[in-house]
Amino acid sequence: MPEWMSFAGRKLLRLITLLVAVAIFSYTLISLSPIDPVDAYIGADMLLISPEQRAQIAARWGLDQPPLARFIAWARELAGGNFGTSLIFNRPVLEIIGERFIASLGLMATAWLVSGLLGYALGILAGARPGSLLDRAVRLYAYILASSPSFWVALLLLMAFSVGLRWTPICCASPPGLLPEEVTLAHRLHHLILPAITLSIVGVANMALHTRQKLIEVLESDYALFARAQGATTRDLVRHHGLRNVALPAITLQGASLSELFGGAVLVEQVFTYPGLGEATVQAALRSDVPLLLGIVFFSAIFVFAGNTLADLAYRLVDPRIRIGAATP
Amino acid sequence: MLQVQGLQVSFTVYTQGLRQRRLTVITDLDVTVRAGEVVAIVGASGSGKSLLAHAILGILPHNAELGGSISFQGKPLTQARKEALRGRAIALIPQTVAALDPLMPVGEQVRLAALRGGVPAAGAREVVAASFARYGLAPEAARLHPFQVSGGMARRVLVSTAVVGQARLLIADEPTPGLHPEVVTETLGHLRELADGGKAVLMITHDIEAALRVADTVAVFYAGTTVEQAPARDFAGGGEALRHPYTRALWRALPSQGFVPLPGAQPAPDALPPGCLFADRCPLVTAACRVARPPARELRGGTVRCIHA
Ligand code: SF4
Repeated sequence: MPEWMSFAGRKLLRLITLLVAVAIFSYTLISLSPIDPVDAYIGADMLLISPEQRAQIAARWGLDQPPLARFIAWARELAGGNFGTSLIFNRPVLEIIGERFIASLGLMATAWLVSGLLGYALGILAGARPGSLLDRAVRLYAYILASSPSFWVALLLLMAFSVGLRWTPICCASPPGLLPEEVTLAHRLHHLILPAITLSIVGVANMALHTRQKLIEVLESDYALFARAQGATTRDLVRHHGLRNVALPAITLQGASLSELFGGAVLVEQVFTYPGLGEATVQAALRSDVPLLLGIVFFSAIFVFAGNTLADLAYRLVDPRIRIGAATP
Repeated sequence: MLQVQGLQVSFTVYTQGLRQRRLTVITDLDVTVRAGEVVAIVGASGSGKSLLAHAILGILPHNAELGGSISFQGKPLTQARKEALRGRAIALIPQTVAALDPLMPVGEQVRLAALRGGVPAAGAREVVAASFARYGLAPEAARLHPFQVSGGMARRVLVSTAVVGQARLLIADEPTPGLHPEVVTETLGHLRELADGGKAVLMITHDIEAALRVADTVAVFYAGTTVEQAPARDFAGGGEALRHPYTRALWRALPSQGFVPLPGAQPAPDALPPGCLFADRCPLVTAACRVARPPARELRGGTVRCIHA
């Protein structure tokens, strides 16, 4: 069997296990939560409904069945691609997720790229001369940001740039009151910029510290010592050996950071009232929209998994030990 | 070409309770290498003799301190001079492919070594190709990564990195570690050839037999000192021409010389005896030996640190 096929097979198996585990966990959690699906459905009309009517609704939804039977019925629908209808939006869950994801994608992609590249660059600069002023500045910055919650950074930036300086809008993905046709790309970018910056500067910390540490390790390696014996300067070492060898672990880290990015986006979108997937998550949770919430849980699991798989693939392309080693046994 | 006298290498280490301590690994090392000559430093594995290479190249770690004197081409080898000369006039042949970047094709690494050694960028490719040809490496080998090359090929690549830069002094650190006999012969042949071509070769090894096959002079390293420097031809017969009891014991311990083992172990760097470092294992030891470290003295065309030699 070719190497890539066993790789794909392994990945697929892992994805299926992951989804099954997510289904069981999230179903159990929701069952244990105080959310009552009937109450959530009825909402404010609660007082107008008699206990008999409630029982009827429950029976129609199969809520009188034992939990395991309900789980199996639910899982069967999921497997068939039916995620149900969102209670707050009153539209199919998949439609909402698709819409919101596109809005979030720009935000997350920007933040992902900027934090990755900036973090890598800062880590290289710091790691090339450990103990230097620049290194200490980068480390200070990274430690502070690594320990500040992203919603707090978002609030600070919002106060400074939107409320104080009035450079950036206070909320939303486009100016309020405009029809969708009237919104230009400039509008969108203007609204994207602050949330994206927030997510980026928070994400930089991890990457910078990790890259710095790896570069220091590379500079202490046998091959770096040999390069020095050949007369290489630190600049030469970083350029020819550092960048490449540090890039490999950085790719993995950046792939793994998707889950954090997702989590960060939830909070940041909430602060900026940015109508993305994160904002929808908070709404769904606050207003007991179970179908939407479960849909998002599944979607994010698949999303993070896809990110990690892509990082794995990139790693295999970059690392000759895997790329060539797999081709010539 | 190279003269090392009374070299000392010590490290500042932190022991329990953050107490600073100095650990002297090389206490007194002398060696002289002339152009056209292969000199071997022979000592037990892990006795710190590789630090000599690092000391000459100025790549000791930061917590290391250097004493004694090193001169190269008649002038003291200061740290600034080491930095200017390494790769250009003095080159290292490292022990294993671990000294190569795992992610870079070997040809590229030899080319980098050439550039670092002062070969102009325009001609670097030709220089690399020529050195590959000289060491019987196929041009395609340049595209291989270190994990793909075999033991023998790795040796040739490592030698290539050292010779592309026109260095005058080559330091081969443990050039024959666990290699196939044919590869050992080939590697030693390369060193001899380089010396015959006018270069000075310093070979650091634990393998006395390999050393004797190519070296003109052998310096014997024991507990941080060179106890003897002897012409290779003195290693003959029952070792009568040898000067130091340790050298003689080494010689007799060889399989070809009767395999006579030497009991005991070298003293640890932090527990050196006050007198002769070999006193605890020496068959000729007397009370006088334990009073002071015997200084190096000239004897029959070599040097020795033994009062009874
Ligand atoms: S000085 Fe004494 S103890 Fe040391 S090697 Fe010579 S004879 Fe042996």
